[in-house]
Amino acid sequence: MLAWTIYLSFIGAALVALVPSEKAVLARITALATAVLGFIVTLLAIAQGQATATLRDVVSVPWISAIGANYHLAADGISITLLLLTGIAAIAGVLFSWNVTRRVNQFFALYLTLIGGVYGVFLSFDLFLLFVFYEIAIIPKYFLIAIWGSTNKEYGAMKLALYSFVGSAMVMIGLIAAYVLAGAKTFDLIQLAQHPFAHSFQHWAFPLVFVGFAILAGLWPFHTWAPTGHVAAPTAASMLLAGVVMKLGAYGALRVAMTLFPDGLNAWRDEIGLLAVIGILYGAGVALVQKDFKFVIGYSSVSHMGFVLLGMMTLSVVGLSGAVLQMFSHGIIAGLLFAVVGRMVYDRAHTRELTALETMNLSRALPFAAVTFVLASVASMGLPGFSGFVAELQVLLGAWKVFPVYTVLAGIGILVGVAYTLRVLVKAFFGGVTPALNPGEKGHALAAITIPERIGAVMLLATTLLIGVYPRLLLDLIRPSFDSPLMQTLWKGTGQ
Amino acid sequence: MNLPLLTILTGAPILCGIMLLLLRTDQRVARKLAIAFSFIPLALVAYLWRNFDNTSGSLQFIEKYPWIPSLRVDYFLAIDGLGLLMVTLSAAVIPFAVIATTHAQQSKLYYALMLFLQAGLLGTFTALNFFHWFIFWELSLVPAFFLIKLWGGEKRSAAALQFFIYTMVGSIAMLVAFVGLFIATNTFDFIQLSELARNGQLAQLVTANLSGLGLSSDALSMLLFAGVFLGFAVKVPLIPFHTWLPLTYSEAPTTTSMVLTGVMSKMGVYGFIRVLLPIFPEQMRAVLTPLLWLAVATIIFSAYAAFVQKDLKRIVAYSSINHLGYCLLGLFAVVKAGDASLLNERAAALNGVILQMFNHGITASALFCFVGFLEHRNHGARGIEDFGGMRKVAPVLCGLMGITMFSSLGLPGLNGFVGEFMIFKGTFSLSAWAAAIATIGLLATAIFLLTVIQKVFSGPVKENHAWVDLTIAERLTVAPMIALMFVLGIAPHLLLQVINPTVTQMLAAVKF
Amino acid sequence: MNVDYGQIFLGLLPETIVVVTAFIALAVDLLFLREAPNRERFGFALLVVALGCIAAIVSLAQTSPPLRLLDGMLVLDGTARFIKQVILVLTIITAVTSLESNFTKHIGEYFALLLLAAIGMMLLVSSDNLLLIFVALELTSLPLYVLTAFNKSSVQSSEAALKYFLFGSMSAAFTLFGLSLLYGISNEITLGGIAAKLGGKLEPIFYVALVTTVIGFAFKIAAAPFHLWAPDAYQGAPTPVAAFIASGSKVASFFVLARIMMAGFAGTEGSAAWREILPGWVPLLAALAIASMVLGNIAAIAQSSVKRLLAYSAIAHAGYALLAILSNTQQAFGSLLYYVVTYAITALGAFAVVGVVENASNGEALRDFAGLSRRAPVLSFCMLVFVLSLAGIPPLAGFFGKFYVFTAAARSGTSLGLLWLVIAAIATSAISLYYYLQVLKQVYVVSAADNASPIRASWPVQISIVLLAIAVIALGCAPDLLLQKFTALQTFAGL
Repeated sequence: MLAWTIYLSFIGAALVALVPSEKAVLARITALATAVLGFIVTLLAIAQGQATATLRDVVSVPWISAIGANYHLAADGISITLLLLTGIAAIAGVLFSWNVTRRVNQFFALYLTLIGGVYGVFLSFDLFLLFVFYEIAIIPKYFLIAIWGSTNKEYGAMKLALYSFVGSAMVMIGLIAAYVLAGAKTFDLIQLAQHPFAHSFQHWAFPLVFVGFAILAGLWPFHTWAPTGHVAAPTAASMLLAGVVMKLGAYGALRVAMTLFPDGLNAWRDEIGLLAVIGILYGAGVALVQKDFKFVIGYSSVSHMGFVLLGMMTLSVVGLSGAVLQMFSHGIIAGLLFAVVGRMVYDRAHTRELTALETMNLSRALPFAAVTFVLASVASMGLPGFSGFVAELQVLLGAWKVFPVYTVLAGIGILVGVAYTLRVLVKAFFGGVTPALNPGEKGHALAAITIPERIGAVMLLATTLLIGVYPRLLLDLIRPSFDSPLMQTLWKGTGQ
Repeated sequence: MNLPLLTILTGAPILCGIMLLLLRTDQRVARKLAIAFSFIPLALVAYLWRNFDNTSGSLQFIEKYPWIPSLRVDYFLAIDGLGLLMVTLSAAVIPFAVIATTHAQQSKLYYALMLFLQAGLLGTFTALNFFHWFIFWELSLVPAFFLIKLWGGEKRSAAALQFFIYTMVGSIAMLVAFVGLFIATNTFDFIQLSELARNGQLAQLVTANLSGLGLSSDALSMLLFAGVFLGFAVKVPLIPFHTWLPLTYSEAPTTTSMVLTGVMSKMGVYGFIRVLLPIFPEQMRAVLTPLLWLAVATIIFSAYAAFVQKDLKRIVAYSSINHLGYCLLGLFAVVKAGDASLLNERAAALNGVILQMFNHGITASALFCFVGFLEHRNHGARGIEDFGGMRKVAPVLCGLMGITMFSSLGLPGLNGFVGEFMIFKGTFSLSAWAAAIATIGLLATAIFLLTVIQKVFSGPVKENHAWVDLTIAERLTVAPMIALMFVLGIAPHLLLQVINPTVTQMLAAVKF
Repeated sequence: MNVDYGQIFLGLLPETIVVVTAFIALAVDLLFLREAPNRERFGFALLVVALGCIAAIVSLAQTSPPLRLLDGMLVLDGTARFIKQVILVLTIITAVTSLESNFTKHIGEYFALLLLAAIGMMLLVSSDNLLLIFVALELTSLPLYVLTAFNKSSVQSSEAALKYFLFGSMSAAFTLFGLSLLYGISNEITLGGIAAKLGGKLEPIFYVALVTTVIGFAFKIAAAPFHLWAPDAYQGAPTPVAAFIASGSKVASFFVLARIMMAGFAGTEGSAAWREILPGWVPLLAALAIASMVLGNIAAIAQSSVKRLLAYSAIAHAGYALLAILSNTQQAFGSLLYYVVTYAITALGAFAVVGVVENASNGEALRDFAGLSRRAPVLSFCMLVFVLSLAGIPPLAGFFGKFYVFTAAARSGTSLGLLWLVIAAIATSAISLYYYLQVLKQVYVVSAADNASPIRASWPVQISIVLLAIAVIALGCAPDLLLQKFTALQTFAGL
């Protein structure tokens, strides 16, 4: 049943594309219905026990016999977590794009195609199929940014597309090489992961494939597409980019690179851990000095993804599950942050310069946005009670034993995170040094926050709060996933 | 009845705050609602008092459920004597502050933030597993930040930021230390950790599991201790981590300062008693002398600093630091190595510390309330030179404020005396030199408080205003607190009977 | 030798049908339709051509056992028959897309030449005999030279044709020289015979033969450094002609090049494995491949004319296809066929859309495509499909083609010897996304000029473009449709 998440998205995309461009409302409703249906499918699958923490096949049929590629979809706890994230992010993105008026049908058609591709990646267990879905996701991103974006949109879109394409080219090389060395019989991930590749091969294949995926995850220093791309993208695209697409890269790195080449992983672990920590600190540090609201959030994404990558390198169940949980948590929180910056603030104030926003006293003019951003900031800082804390705590727990110095540095990164989040919150909403208004006095008159925005914001906030207070909902899915034979190959290189 | 009382206690202010924000009412109705809501925890606390078993020093009203098994985190709430006193303080001071709000502060958001802050405080005092204890510890920062930022004085932005960041730094240090503890012991539970410390297993586990850093066992434990210590020391505050406090307390709106000084600062001392003392007694003992010096320095320095201040609020702020210095002095003295013969003295000191926490909470918040009255009458100016001869024009104000200040001074018969007396009694036997030097602090406190009385109450009246005495509403506001000062001064056993068993049990658990 | 003319005739039935069709079209147009408006003449000729080609396709569909006639002059097995059918389909569609052209009044001649070129291609793929291969090569090329010059009102067209002709003739001369050397060395005229005689021995004169033979074919497939004619020819020729050059001619040329190399030069391949280069035709083709991939992709970045861009992209794609040939395995041959057939379909579609735009806006620079998505939504979507397939984006045919070729190359030889070539191919392919997106940017992102009007192509043109797009998508999602055809058909002896 889970495969219907993919099919529904593509069918929805086709339907929306056929809607005439004047009938904007019809396009929006179709898109919303598709996104909601996709999410419901995932929930139903969980409820009916078809989707569990242990790996279960969804579809497995032969596809291209000439190369041994099968149409093999399956899901374990990690997949489900990310499917849920995609569902929620998709719905929120549609809600926050309710005000798009230009070429609405094309916008949502591209959006839903992207969602379909993302669902496909998270469900694929055949490497060829995974790669197909991974590349399908590249082109809609380009158009979403190039047509509906803002600052430097064409440059940002092309940079993003080329970076992603180069990353996937690197992955392709590694995949083909691995496939050939394993006998050129199959592309099935589980079977390939059991194959013992030569150590010398793994030594170059692992960094190639890992970095190829991790480019999309914002691994420092290959992250430079992220701030430009996020800023250039329209709100829904930024939400998806930072919220879900970056997780595609991390997921690919975990699911493919690390399981196929455990010896290579072991050889490069320290270096990648270092890059991850640099990413945490660099992203946070640069975010601290940005003048544009959206750039702050863009760099903060790089910083948060550093935690994911660090968690993956710990090779402990607590660290790895922290990484996966951080993928989910950051997906929701980043979506929220971009929604406030792009949709609530920029669409109304028409500026993202912090110095300009300071004078607008937005906490009075847009109280809902202010509250949402306060809560989102608190969540982003990693304050307990929200999902980010549990995730970051687990990463730190996992990292301590293996990388004690990096753990301390990551802790410092959290502190810098507090600083830049607070700075941008105060500057943007609580007007630096202007005097407080008396109760009852209103600021500039700006358009009120619409119902779709409110629903989207509440949905995202509720999710991060729910997981922050009751993380078992996801942890019970994620942790047992690492017991499967496929994920157990992670530890083959360390001899455990 | 097996209601989860403590959960209700913590959850009620949150729900009330949300309701208050969502209801569309005008100012006056909102105020009445807010006052009503703020009394709900007090009512619950009264119920807790009734059902509290005075004879037992162990945890009561326990609620313990598994929460995140993979991290060995339980949802664990309970209170003993110490916890009961602290929740009482929180439940009492908040309504006091809510009633005392001035016109500028009377908005729904202000009240809601107050209620959220109360929830944070109540949560901290009842949680016994680090995980959700930390949630409340951190989350209480957010309402406080906004209360300062939105309604504060001229330098409120800097004050709010400084407050937040300082406390955060301490919190992160504490988090990292607890992460280390978890890795060593695989538990976040305070009670279990204390148990391990008592058996001496904690040191072994630390050595066994944290050896990666290449440090010796002692160094490791000291490192963990330092992290947790930092977190609490910033909150109390202990010199030299106090620099955030004067600015914050003076720039915060007065009713927020009441809560900050009355309850929030107690979070730090509570942390020392609940967490540091049971889990790290060895480490505290190892650095005992420096700690005592720090406590003494806190007492003396803050008293002197209060003396040279011109701003009334800053004076009260420093006097807060001063009084909490006594608490820490007593606490550190308790840890001193020795034999069982000093048990009485230790008990006295610890009892005194807890009592002082409660009493100071009452007194300091009342003091801020009065400063608020004065400030209100003088249209925001609150320099010590701006007043004079108040006794002639506002006798009731001066009388009641005088009582409060004498209580702060430690006059026998008022509630401030008992705690201080017990602390000194215990400390003299345990660490005579520290107690001796600290008495200088008592002297200095007397000097600056009397100076305030002299400058503000007596002398020529400043004729530029029409000074008004306390209104009926204001009198009713402070009356309960004044009454408490007398009652607790004359009959401290009301509190001691609850605290003592707990203290005895705590001391029995610590190895000396 | 007993020559069974009946059998020969049956074997050559499709070609005969096409010849007859060509003459009928020419005759009818000459005799009856000189006064009629262009559209009618085009329409009628198209009808004749379509019917004829369909008849030829049907005749090819008879499943008869493989034939080998006249000492290898006519070799008909399943693969050859299938490729002929593909060529005929491409011819029909090229003819359809010429429907709205206004570059010539010589309509009968136009179609006749088109069909003659098609015959040349069909003969090219069904011959094992050096002599007939050369004749067929010339039969393919000569009509194409003429067709390139067909737009008499454009100087560019004439210039392009001249360049094409001169270049082509020179390369043909080289090829003839090489083929005669081969005959001289081996005293055999069929590919299988030559391979047997050469027996894997490498003499210096053999190298000369090899290089000169390759030159001729490298010209035909527009591989660097023999590509210089391509950009001008593609840009100058009338768009349907360019489409035909890019599609049908490529299919036939690659097919025969593969056969010559893999069957004719079997045993002398040498190796292009990393750090283990051995002399032979494989490293030679590898050099050509690398040159084409690099040059084609990099030069395309700077182009502002879409036809020239497609020309350079064709050069790059020739490089990828050469990769398939030099892998020299059964699977690689299958991947080559898949790649070339799908490339032909895609290129034909892309040129068809360019033709529509050119007719409407009198130009085919990038900026003439601005806002095409508003002006012709269906055509734009088809262009999206074609361009993305060229870029190698799944789930389109171009992606699988490249992937299959790369996999076959990686598998050939021992332990990833050709991986370095694959890496180069993937890297250059990654670059190509940039210039393909430039085209799509104009189509979808940039808004149309203020005076732009909707573009309507006639029904047959639109339908054929849409059918091509559907084919690209279908072959991409289910490549087995085509692949199984290849494995089910029997292949040449010796491959």
